Amino acid sequence: MEYTPNTADDRRQMLERIGVGAFDELLNGIPASIPRAKFSVVPPGCTEPELVRDIQALAAKNQTAAHRSFLGAGAYEHWVPSVVRYLTSRGEFLTAYTPYQAEASQGTLQAMYEFQTLICELTGMDVANASLYDGATSTAEAALLALRHTQRSRIVVAATLHPEYRQVLQTYLKQAGVRIVEAPHADGVTSVVEAERAIDDQTAAVVVPMPNVFGCLEPAEALAARARAVGALSVVVVNPLALGVLKPPGAYGVDIVVGEGQPLGLSLQYGGPYLGLFACRGEHLRRVPGRLVGMTNDARGRRGFTLTLQTREQHIRRSKATSNICTNEGLCALAATVYLCALGRQGFRELAEQNIAKAHYAQQQLTAIPGVTPLFPKAPFFNEFALQLPCQAATLNERLLARGFLGGLDLRRVDPALDRGWLVCVTETKSKAEIDALAAAVREAL
Amino acid sequence: MKPTADLGTGYKLVPGTGPHRASEPLIFERSVSGRRGFSLPPLDVPMPPAGVTAWIPAERLRAAPAALPEVSERELVQHFMKLAHQNFSVETNFYPLGSCTMKYNPRIHEELTALPGFSTAHPYEPDAAVQGTLQLLGELGQWLGDILGMDGVTLQPAAGAHGEFTGLLMARAYHEAQGRSRKKVVVPDSSHGTNPASAALCGYEVVEVRSNARGRVDLAALHRAVDQDTAVFMLTNPNTLGLFEEEILEISRLVHGVGGLMYLDGANMNALLGLFRPGDMGFDITHVNIHKTFSIPHGSGGPGGGPVGVKRHLVPFLPGPLLKKEGQAYRWVEAPPSSIGRVRAFAGNIGAMVRAYLYIKTLGAEGLRHVAEHAILNANYLKARLKTAYTVPVDEPCMHEFVASAVEQKRLGVKALDIAKRLLDYGCYAPTIYFPLIVEEALMIEPSETESRQALDQFADALLAIAQEAKTNPGQVQMAPHTLPVERLDEVRAAREPNLRWRPSPDGARPQGALQGPGP
Repeated sequence: MEYTPNTADDRRQMLERIGVGAFDELLNGIPASIPRAKFSVVPPGCTEPELVRDIQALAAKNQTAAHRSFLGAGAYEHWVPSVVRYLTSRGEFLTAYTPYQAEASQGTLQAMYEFQTLICELTGMDVANASLYDGATSTAEAALLALRHTQRSRIVVAATLHPEYRQVLQTYLKQAGVRIVEAPHADGVTSVVEAERAIDDQTAAVVVPMPNVFGCLEPAEALAARARAVGALSVVVVNPLALGVLKPPGAYGVDIVVGEGQPLGLSLQYGGPYLGLFACRGEHLRRVPGRLVGMTNDARGRRGFTLTLQTREQHIRRSKATSNICTNEGLCALAATVYLCALGRQGFRELAEQNIAKAHYAQQQLTAIPGVTPLFPKAPFFNEFALQLPCQAATLNERLLARGFLGGLDLRRVDPALDRGWLVCVTETKSKAEIDALAAAVREAL
Repeated sequence: MKPTADLGTGYKLVPGTGPHRASEPLIFERSVSGRRGFSLPPLDVPMPPAGVTAWIPAERLRAAPAALPEVSERELVQHFMKLAHQNFSVETNFYPLGSCTMKYNPRIHEELTALPGFSTAHPYEPDAAVQGTLQLLGELGQWLGDILGMDGVTLQPAAGAHGEFTGLLMARAYHEAQGRSRKKVVVPDSSHGTNPASAALCGYEVVEVRSNARGRVDLAALHRAVDQDTAVFMLTNPNTLGLFEEEILEISRLVHGVGGLMYLDGANMNALLGLFRPGDMGFDITHVNIHKTFSIPHGSGGPGGGPVGVKRHLVPFLPGPLLKKEGQAYRWVEAPPSSIGRVRAFAGNIGAMVRAYLYIKTLGAEGLRHVAEHAILNANYLKARLKTAYTVPVDEPCMHEFVASAVEQKRLGVKALDIAKRLLDYGCYAPTIYFPLIVEEALMIEPSETESRQALDQFADALLAIAQEAKTNPGQVQMAPHTLPVERLDEVRAAREPNLRWRPSPDGARPQGALQGPGP
């Protein structure tokens, strides 16, 4: 199956118009010393029915859909309303590109302006961009902004930040000679005393997750205050769904809020495409990475939307740009916009509350099992929590998989010392009966 | 704008706005307290009387719910449908945006990518539970290596610019491993803006070399620009004028001769598919924008994907983790210490990779070559039709795109921007304009292989008609567009008084009427 409409007759007429006898004449200027491509493993091509048959078989090799999942750790299963999939599959959104011609892209531009407004509302920030790649790269971009703003060369990062985010920070910053200092945790949250020791007048940014990789709520307010006191910028890495109930970071003076937007209406897709959120205080506007959509008017005074402040961007400023980003995650931002509007003011809060209630119910049921205890009993948590098991988490997960459950995260992935640590995520998608069934299966498996 | 007739029913007829071209209030302006567009199942676990404050201290909680809009599902769908109707897109319009390869996106890809096996897989599932996805990623990596002529491929980067960053970090690590830290990345003056931006992000100094009179890299200038401090020469082939760099083998020899690496910005890979391979031209590293070449829908600005292929000597530096096949099973293994590390969380934009896999599997080796051949033919045909009215600075056979110039029209007071805006009235999206920077009044036109001869003719007719209008009625072109929901926007105001988010008006009243602006 091919998607090229022109027939042999079309091609003959076109070549005639161009004034050449055969297609290959168009390649005459290319020296013969460059070999023509020869493929050894590219397949032969197929029709739609053959494709569907093969791909259904391939998808069926994933056992995913058959399991009840209690995995989170940066990627979360939530119910995605049907309208989100419908509207994002509309060709007018799906097959447009970056809205360079504003007059012919008002749909995308207005939706992005609405997205920016929603993210500002959730985070309490003045400005939000139209998306970056994912939570980890947004965190790196926030660090880069802080380094430029402060002209300092040290970043203090909570050790409770998702390990893959910390690795990405390392990748982005190491060649610039930036020192990354990890602030250790005590009882599952960053130790304010230790962090205060690490944060000094050489610190460009203090990066704190909320909630952190253990599901716990961090003392972000105290850490942001300490950052402010030494002239560093505070960066809070959020799960935006938690902001349905949690105090917006803007309310406690945070400079930059980044995060992973996947919980807002995006399916898990084995890790992407996801949605990098980036919001900050107005004073950092000119250093924001990525696209920004602004409201303006046309000559008749009608309201309209356009990409703005493009002099920050690579296609204008080249090597002096605030970031190299060009293609972002526009369609994912549209999904989040539709999702947040579908849930609405009450629905979004209710959703966050249900996540909290179900996670706490599950924690209660699981810790009633002999030998299972909370790993960090003191810290409040959102929709996931860490447990200490009487056996290795890997062993329990294997036994649960055999019983149709995808168990929590083996915390060795976060810290090799936590070999009996188990991170369980419970969202609104799990009924009481499913939580009870998990608890029964764990009891049986141990 | 004044309504011409009030039908007494609240409906107004407004000149210049068809039913699908009317403007739409912001979703916040449609909000009515108490409306809902989605209902959760009732909570079936205990909620204490104190609510969530029983678990989370009150001082950590919001004082009031976030002020999200309150709309019914019907209003929500109507709102976004009206916005959809204000967009041009590949599915609805000719979309010749140069350098972006706006080809048709097969619909079956959307259906198959949404299969629950793929769409519900969690990134931390055990490898044994996701063998379908891992096999797909493993085979896609092999196929891309074959297509690019490269020995190792990473699928992790989320977009082309992200791929550039990844590739340059690998170059940096490679040079450091050789014990020669180098300072410069050399790019042609016709390069994409992401190239120098990515190089700067990697801590490199950027050196530009000028193009020669035929729009190609000037070999003598390159000779002067590269030395022992050159880490990478980064270019695209065909270049941004749509011209094949015929001296590419000499260029590679020159750069390799001083110990530098050759990086191909694979943005223009659509022209090479099945015809030539970057690896056979001396390139050591290349990324490929799968949303261009491999038909991932552009999604109003993403998501895309930017896999990077490298030659054997750079394989140790690939980002980790790495996918390995052992017998019939795939599993992730940690990358060696020489790896540059991770460039994003999890395994990449997997949904985009699934579509790229489907595309390659459907087209096959021969179909891929036809893509390049049809893309090249379509571009040359358009060029032949348009050069009667527009200047083509380098009039030689082009590859998948070409750059025309509106210098002739500019003498009449009609700029490339005006022509772009007037095209919108004809129902065509505009080419990329004012790029590459080395061509005055540039119109960069890339029709892609999925357009028919008739569609190309319609577009050519529109551009020729506009060239005529530039002579007979320049005002018509200078003031365009005339048929869209808005006329040209005040971009100066947008930048001077940035309004980047909506706020309720201070008196709490909602702006009335869809067509009234907020006022200055």
